[in-house]
Amino acid sequence: MENELAISVRGLRKAYGDNVAVASVDLDVRRGEVFALLGPNGAGKTTTVEILEGYRQRDAGEVRVLGADPAHPDAGWRSRVGIVLQGTGEFDELSVIEVVRHFSGFYPGADDPDKVVERVGLGAKAKARTHTLSGGQKRRLDVALGIVGRPELLFLDEPTTGFDPEARREFWELIRDLSAAGTTIVLTTHYLDEAEALADRVGVIAAGRVIEVAPPNALGNRQESLATVSWRTPDGTPASAETATPTALVADLAARFGGEVPGLTVTRPTLEDVYLRMIGHS
Amino acid sequence: MTTTTKPAAPVVATSARRPGAGALALRQGRLEITQFLRSRESVVFTMGFPIIMILIFAAIFSDEIAPGVSYTQYFITGMIATGLMTVSFQNLGIWIPIERDRGVLKRYRGTPMPKWVWFAGKVIMVVVIGIAETVLLLAVSVAMFDLDLPQTTAKWLTFGWVSVLGITACTLCGIAISSLARTARSGSAVVTPVALVLQFISGVFFVFTSLPTWMQQVAAIFPLKWMCQGLRSVFLPDSFGAREPGGSFELGTVALVLGAWCVIGLVLCLTTFRWTTKRDG
Repeated sequence: MENELAISVRGLRKAYGDNVAVASVDLDVRRGEVFALLGPNGAGKTTTVEILEGYRQRDAGEVRVLGADPAHPDAGWRSRVGIVLQGTGEFDELSVIEVVRHFSGFYPGADDPDKVVERVGLGAKAKARTHTLSGGQKRRLDVALGIVGRPELLFLDEPTTGFDPEARREFWELIRDLSAAGTTIVLTTHYLDEAEALADRVGVIAAGRVIEVAPPNALGNRQESLATVSWRTPDGTPASAETATPTALVADLAARFGGEVPGLTVTRPTLEDVYLRMIGHS
Repeated sequence: MTTTTKPAAPVVATSARRPGAGALALRQGRLEITQFLRSRESVVFTMGFPIIMILIFAAIFSDEIAPGVSYTQYFITGMIATGLMTVSFQNLGIWIPIERDRGVLKRYRGTPMPKWVWFAGKVIMVVVIGIAETVLLLAVSVAMFDLDLPQTTAKWLTFGWVSVLGITACTLCGIAISSLARTARSGSAVVTPVALVLQFISGVFFVFTSLPTWMQQVAAIFPLKWMCQGLRSVFLPDSFGAREPGGSFELGTVALVLGAWCVIGLVLCLTTFRWTTKRDG
């Protein structure tokens, strides 16, 4: 609409007393992309996201979210932003559909509550009181409340914490569907596979700073970094070498062994290796 | 999750399907009432407590405290006032910290709902439950303890404005005191002692004039004493006015003190209300 950036952040800073939660964050999120903010606990992810959501006031910096300053959220802006918080706000005495229907009333162009409940996979639980839901089901209800207003921009703060692997896969499908329908998505996570599976770009945040922003497969120069070639020597002891030219090394080994190289593997650093190295450095 | 239903595209143009402000407040009130009625503890505690107290006290004390005035009638007026305080002050002072701690308030703040709608929902709930509770108390008292309902329009009017002012003051104070509690659990620890002490010193359990003078003076600072006194003017014979500490029911002072507490409560609400817990920023 206004421009192609959904979020633009320059020099964001937030301190709680002497504790600097966000030292200096620069960030751009394009419209329509899935952006993952990755970082260890206490890195400043939640503080950053809650400033973008209009929950917290910043100490310094320029912030635009959907063209407006989130420090002064108005109802029009709020209706374009969907929020799934880290902690769940529970309505123990109400049923799933009652809560979703109630929240749908706050939004001008709300989606059909029954469809939303169906879409997050709570169709069978629609009439159940929310306190009877499992942890993963409660999280789906949170998501339902985040998307019932058909937001242009959806924030998800550690959405799949506590999910079993199957529930996470299903959840990822839902995020992909929302993204395919044009919703811009910002999620924080400390699951690397989640960032890799979902995000167009990943921002790594550590000690209150964004230290790199890149597509998951390019993070930390992952594609250009040295490959590790491992094999077993004829007497059975494992050997390995780091090299920029693994193909040449493998050809060389093949010639040396006269055919099959026992236990041969060629690997590049995983996202996790890269990530741990990055946050270790900061 | 089923993927049969595809998500609707984000809304770009704003259509005007959202209910109007008044409808939003009514929806919020209905939701609050539903939540209240479904939580068994609040129903039993708020609605049942005053009736149980009346049954117990009426069984223990049967004396007349003045010609034509039984202790039971005196006590019933006090319990009507206590009921109004329970449904507003205690109910909100205990539940708002729980909702704040659970993140319910934070979640509401993340929606386009105007802030006042949430408060309106609470007020609607308090008023509806307050009326239901008072009607129940009156029905039991008339049926079992010969309480006479007001005979004149003037007395019904007094009943009305004392109740409205009293419940307003207690609602605002309940919302204000909810911000003192740091956690969900501490709400009831903060509110219950205050409410209980007020009941003892304000002439609910004991005839007010039989209390030590200093205790009467302390009680006169707070709303409950004046709510009780105002309701006695409605339900007890006019002659009883002479036995009040000021020699009459002092309805002007009742209005003044309750009005002042409405203002104090409102200022405290506006200056101290928190949507999130402290640790939550």
